[in-house]
Amino acid sequence: MQPILEIQHMSIHFTQYAKGTRRRELPVIRDLSLKIEPGQVVAVVGASGSGKSLLAHGILHILPRNSHMEGRILYDGGDLTSKRAARLRGREIVLVPQGVTYLDPLMKVGEQVRGDDAAPDAKQRARKALARYGLAAGTEELYPFELSGGMARRVLIATAVTHEPRLIIADEPTPGLDAKAAGRILGHFRELAEGGAGVLPITHDLELALTIADQVAVFYAGQTIEVASAEDFASPATLRHPFTRALWRAMPEHGFQPIAGAQPYPGTQTAGCPFAGQCARSTPQCREAADLPLRPWQGGMVRCLNPQREE
Amino acid sequence: MKHRLRFAVGKLFRMALLLLGVSILTFALMTASPLDPLQTNVGQVALGSMSQEQVAKLEAYWGVGTPPVERYLGWLGDVLHGDFGTSLLYRQPVLEVVGQRLAGSLWLLLFAWIISGILGLVLGVTAGATRGRLPDRLIRGYCLLISSTPTFWLALLLLLIFSVWLGVLPIGLSVPIGADAASITLADRLQHAILPALTLSITGVANIALHTREKMVDVLNSDYALFARARGESELRIVLRHGLRNVALPAITLQFASISEIIGGSVVVEQVFTYPGLGQAAVTAGLGSDMPLLLGITVITAAIVFGGNLVADLLYGVVDPKIRRGAARE
Ligand SMILES: Nc1ncnc2c1ncn2[C@@H]1O[C@H](COP(=O)(O)OP(=O)(O)OP(=O)(O)O)[C@@H](O)[C@H]1O
Ligand code: SF4
Ligand SMILES: [Mg+2]
Repeated sequence: MQPILEIQHMSIHFTQYAKGTRRRELPVIRDLSLKIEPGQVVAVVGASGSGKSLLAHGILHILPRNSHMEGRILYDGGDLTSKRAARLRGREIVLVPQGVTYLDPLMKVGEQVRGDDAAPDAKQRARKALARYGLAAGTEELYPFELSGGMARRVLIATAVTHEPRLIIADEPTPGLDAKAAGRILGHFRELAEGGAGVLPITHDLELALTIADQVAVFYAGQTIEVASAEDFASPATLRHPFTRALWRAMPEHGFQPIAGAQPYPGTQTAGCPFAGQCARSTPQCREAADLPLRPWQGGMVRCLNPQREE
Repeated sequence: MKHRLRFAVGKLFRMALLLLGVSILTFALMTASPLDPLQTNVGQVALGSMSQEQVAKLEAYWGVGTPPVERYLGWLGDVLHGDFGTSLLYRQPVLEVVGQRLAGSLWLLLFAWIISGILGLVLGVTAGATRGRLPDRLIRGYCLLISSTPTFWLALLLLLIFSVWLGVLPIGLSVPIGADAASITLADRLQHAILPALTLSITGVANIALHTREKMVDVLNSDYALFARARGESELRIVLRHGLRNVALPAITLQFASISEIIGGSVVVEQVFTYPGLGQAAVTAGLGSDMPLLLGITVITAAIVFGGNLVADLLYGVVDPKIRRGAARE
């Protein structure tokens, strides 16, 4: 099937002015690739601060001005230029943001779900979107500060379905919700995928990602280091990258073993594998490798010189 | 409702304390002033030629010799009965003098207040919306230049340009020199008020514009502005739909807080333009040791400033849904 979204070698860096006028390029996302088909849920899992939100903003072409994006984004077979993105965002490509701070604190919910849409049926659409997630008509008259956490989540999802979206990017879809509420929210996303949309949940929570994703792309220091199907996570033996295995072991039901060491801070690491500092399998070549491509491996993709899951 | 009432009562209590403080401070400063009321108002030569009794009478009139605490308490007691006393210099009830002078200044103050508010808001919003680009840099440059320019210097500059070189506006006063009251038209008054009002507006704009810009930049860097972008809203629509709404609250505070600056500025400006308003009367009273008048002016202007802040707080309650809805639910 034709992918609804394909990201090829995306890089995002910031231009910073350190100490007076010295310019510094700070790479945050480096060589990220991703593919998602209609009806599919592909989760991106990465640690806090690894550039997950920037990935979402990059796809939508709403990155901050001091940033620069390279690589290629294909949407529905064609290049997703910033012009095209401007036309599609909010309609075909939607973002479900991270939290209630993404709602205007001084605007009523109804008006926000409607968005800047002057169409005569806009109000009707907004009402329907709210009703779809069990929010009564009275919700329209509320201000964001009057919403509970779960309600705010549903309002944010409602903003995504006022038009028929074909690609839904959900940035951290269930923060601060209990397991039951989180499950309900994830169910809504699954449902949207079943309706034929591509869904891209972005989260730091692997466990949560596995409950809805068909595929998981693992993110480390701004790079995709492994793409695996959800089934591969049944056991560490079927995972490819040492970091993914470490993530697996860090999951609560697998013993909560913390990963020793920390991700390199953006811009500090120049050559070699970014995980080398924390990797038990690292070899001298790992630290020197100039170019570590993401390559197909055992039915998935991996960026590692000594991948696991041997046959 | 009960909540609001408690809020208002608390505010009024604080206002009473503040006014008390202001009057004590003014009184203390005047008492500590090295100016001798008799020498400044009657003159060394005249005093020398007076008899002992005459001097004693004058001393009693200017309050020399009475213990300060007694004088202050006497004044306070009268004020609590609604009597602000009689101006020593003008020989008229203080309230009357203040009333006349305020009527003279009012148009000036009001004009400057409204113009600086509107212009400040427009410039601030524009600068914020074009942050980092040319319009922003021009507006910011202008504001920084103005806020580092002394008001009196700006007043003199305008006077020089419009009255001396171009000769299109009068040099000073609020009415033509020597004209009798009946022949003075509204146009005359306006013409005389333009320069002082302009000076006050120009200086008032900078502060409001800079603060509004900061707020606008915050709004445009906010998560909700980013989300609006993600939903396809254009920059202009974001400024109009989200920017103005969120800038409105701090703008109200700024606008009412600027009353004190405008009144403060008017003291200097009226002096430069010899405009017979409240500010000028304050200077006269201060230099002439006219204690009742100065106390009256400071207390009344402080009350006006405080009243402005109170109005801002009440408006906040109407505009901010958090306060409005929060209060309604109680
Ligand atoms: N405007 C900016 N200028 C410079 N660096 C930035 C800017 N915005 C983000 N960054 C850097 O980019 C990195 C990734 O940010 P991003 O918000 O995408 O992380 P995230 O993975 O979404 O984190 P979280 O889990 O906290 O949401 C951060 O380390 C941050 O320091
Ligand atoms: S490339 Fe080397 S250091 Fe990096 S993950 Fe693979 S084995 Fe470890
Ligand atoms: Mg984020």
